Amino acid sequence: MAPLTRKAAIVGGNRIPFARSNSAYAQASNQDMLTATLDGLVARFGLQGERVGEVVAGAVLKHSRDFNLTREAVLGSRLSAATPAYDVQQACGTGLEAVVLVANKIALGQLKSGIAGGVDTTSDAPLAIHDEMRRVLIALGSARTLRQRLEALAGVRPGMFVPETPRNAEPRTGLSMGDHQAITTKQWGISREEQDELAVRSHQNLAAAYDRGFFDDLVTPYLGLTRDENLRPDTSVEKLAKLAPVFGKDDPDATMTAANSTPLSDGASAVLLASDEWAASRGLPVLAHFVDAQTAAVDYTHGGEGLLMAPAYAVPVLLARNGLTLQDVDYYEIHEAFASTVLATLKAWEDPAFCKERLGLDAPLGAIDRSKLNVNGSSLAAGHPFAATGGRIVASLAKQLHEAGPGTRGLISICAAGGQGVVAILES
Amino acid sequence: MGDWYRDFANSGLGSTLVRQLGLPRPAVLRRYEPGAPLLPGPAVVGTAGEGRLHGVLTRVLQDAGVPVLPAVDGDGERLAAVLLDATGGTSPADLAAAHAFLAPALRRLGPSGRVLVLGDPPSAAGSPTQAAARQALEGLVRSVAKELRDGATANLLLVPAGAEAAVPGPVRFFLSGRSAYVDGQVVPLTAADVPAGEHEQRPLAGEVAVVTGAARGIGAAIARALSRDGAHVVAVDVPAAGDKLAEVANEIGGTAFQLDITAPDAGQRLVAHLRERHGGVDVVVHNAGITRDKLLVNMDAARWSSVMAVNLQAQLDTTQALLDADGLLGSGARVICVSSQSGIAGNRGQTNYAASKAGVIGMVRAWAPAFAERGATINAVAPGFIVTEMTASMPLGTREIGSRVNSLQQGGLPVDVAETIAWLSQPSAAGVNGQVVRVCGQSFLGA
Ligand SMILES: NC(=O)c1ccc[n+]([C@@H]2O[C@H](COP(=O)([O-])OP(=O)(O)OC[C@H]3O[C@@H](n4cnc5c(N)ncnc54)[C@H](O)[C@@H]3O)[C@@H](O)[C@H]2O)c1
Repeated sequence: MAPLTRKAAIVGGNRIPFARSNSAYAQASNQDMLTATLDGLVARFGLQGERVGEVVAGAVLKHSRDFNLTREAVLGSRLSAATPAYDVQQACGTGLEAVVLVANKIALGQLKSGIAGGVDTTSDAPLAIHDEMRRVLIALGSARTLRQRLEALAGVRPGMFVPETPRNAEPRTGLSMGDHQAITTKQWGISREEQDELAVRSHQNLAAAYDRGFFDDLVTPYLGLTRDENLRPDTSVEKLAKLAPVFGKDDPDATMTAANSTPLSDGASAVLLASDEWAASRGLPVLAHFVDAQTAAVDYTHGGEGLLMAPAYAVPVLLARNGLTLQDVDYYEIHEAFASTVLATLKAWEDPAFCKERLGLDAPLGAIDRSKLNVNGSSLAAGHPFAATGGRIVASLAKQLHEAGPGTRGLISICAAGGQGVVAILES
Repeated sequence: MGDWYRDFANSGLGSTLVRQLGLPRPAVLRRYEPGAPLLPGPAVVGTAGEGRLHGVLTRVLQDAGVPVLPAVDGDGERLAAVLLDATGGTSPADLAAAHAFLAPALRRLGPSGRVLVLGDPPSAAGSPTQAAARQALEGLVRSVAKELRDGATANLLLVPAGAEAAVPGPVRFFLSGRSAYVDGQVVPLTAADVPAGEHEQRPLAGEVAVVTGAARGIGAAIARALSRDGAHVVAVDVPAAGDKLAEVANEIGGTAFQLDITAPDAGQRLVAHLRERHGGVDVVVHNAGITRDKLLVNMDAARWSSVMAVNLQAQLDTTQALLDADGLLGSGARVICVSSQSGIAGNRGQTNYAASKAGVIGMVRAWAPAFAERGATINAVAPGFIVTEMTASMPLGTREIGSRVNSLQQGGLPVDVAETIAWLSQPSAAGVNGQVVRVCGQSFLGA
């Protein structure tokens, strides 16, 4: 009997260079960036007028008018207007989750092709009106008589004119993500030096990848940017050592700085997935296959686990299901939300107590070969427009695996707000 | 980017003023539109010699629905083209017949008219007398080109014995609006197998074409022309120009391939891309080029070597890589290399650029026999003053002079270069190999 599922092929990807907040893309909306990113993908793979099976994407910071963001982007793009689309949102896991959704439908034979992506802007972010003001306006809208209207307006107070800006803070704790991570950093005893070294390596690896032309078929310039704006090829541990901490500042030994934490950024990414047959019929390459994925969540509010530690739980489940050990992986892509997120995750996998008590494993997952980690740079250097990170990683890793030759395996691990994690395995 | 002077000189008040002041009056040139007739009016075909090609010429015209007149005398309907078959002449005295045929015909030539003369190649002459007669045609045609007005052009095709089958394609090109800015040129043909049944409006249907430097300017125009003529265009430009490149690719339904053609592995990457995505390639246009002008004495090494790297070395390396890739470059392949007027005439401040562009001509000539063996061709196109973003940023004076010093009294458009390249890409251009076609309106420089 023929297998009921097939592995989705990753054909390629496109992203725009990531910009720092309120900089090159300050005037660009999520829809603008996602549309441009789709059009770059269309140009790369000759998809003009093509009815792709589905386009799935999302944004973390979203205007209410963008309720149908992805479909609107498709309509503005060079894809066929008959291409269906829908939005997803799983915080920083959005991009990877979108890939999972498309890959699964392809695996089930429900789609022959699909595009997964994500976009975020911290520059053109939505501002909400003050909640009490909102109530006044709703009352005003439903008022029928002049008197009712005047009564509604009488409720207006000066303070209500101050808009609510979206905050990078957990609603349940009021702590910023960085302050949450500072707790984890301290818990795992991650040193400032280790974090700075990881950050420097991220910049060096990203710069080297640009220099060798690795991104020539992964990135399309946008609004004057040709490389990620945050990239500092000449940075060094010495330079980074001079920076003052910005998170967990109550602690005199705080270690997390603006350089070993990802900056607020703007950008978009997209990945083209398909069945092998669809790709072959169009002369398109198969860089890698999407093997499997797993999500996990941790109770960071009262469960005593770090906000960004969920991937540490998801990965062993994923590996076990696929009969793999952590060391069976050739390339690791662990999203650098903060340098210490990566380091704490790796430490946790090496820690017998954590692996036994939290993960229920007999033995720790063990250490990884660090030279296989984030080999083409990651979010510390590239920036991290939340929903765009998954697509960036999937396309780059697929290309890396393709270059390394058939049978090469890659692991992706992405932590997300709300104590969640999305992880996946690709194989060339 | 309009030609304000041309538009002014053709306006009501402007044309009066221009005539009274004796100023040049550049014409609005007839340019190719898909579906438009080959010629907007009748043609006259004459002979000055044995008339070996008379039948071919008449057939080309009749197939295109052009009314053909045997000869003209006195006043009458305006002619769209004057064709003279001057093959088979043996001595300079035979040229009197050319004069006798052309004089009354040219008087009736209409706007954007075409004069096309066909002769034998002087190099194959059997005697000095015969060679003199053949070479004389060149002086005749180049001078006629300078005497013509109203956007009319004159060109000469040299047809050796046995190359009759190669004639129709070039004839159609020189009569059509595709050759609007090609004037005073001599194009030698060679005998070649010309596939039959070329589609008139989509001669490149089913073909794959690569165009370098396609993000803007002349390259973008080439990509549009090749795509309009039926080819799938792989548009290549540096990664930094990728957004513009994607726009061009999406506009024409092609694909964008971001590649710095000077990268050490550029040839391999291009080959791998073409093999994987298309299985092969039919047309390659080396258009990417840069200028880094300075007087030689002030020129640093970087200016010199960057221009050489993009304009010449990359053309050599990628062509070699394509030739080496087994079965990639199909038989019937077309390689067209963009040279420049500067490579022919030289230009002050452009020693590096002119050297690179002259080098392209040397390369094309040397490679032609090897290409012929494959049933393929390699040619150079040398643009003159072409109105692009580059020239738009020149000072007004330089630009005005640059654009007027040619027989058509105006700058060419990127589409003019593109049309010539699209023509050389056609299967029916098989008889043009190892040649340099100038698209310069018969520029006075390097003529
Ligand atoms: N404009 C003229 O009047 C004129 C006259 C004679 C010859 N030419 C020649 O025509 C060609 C096109 O000229 P244009 O006026 O359109 O110039 P342009 O500068 O507008 O376009 C040239 C294109 O080539 C690309 N390019 C440069 N280096 C490259 C590289 N290393 N790899 C890939 N792409 C690269 C550029 O990015 C650009 O998009 C050039 O070869 C030029 O020398 C132009």
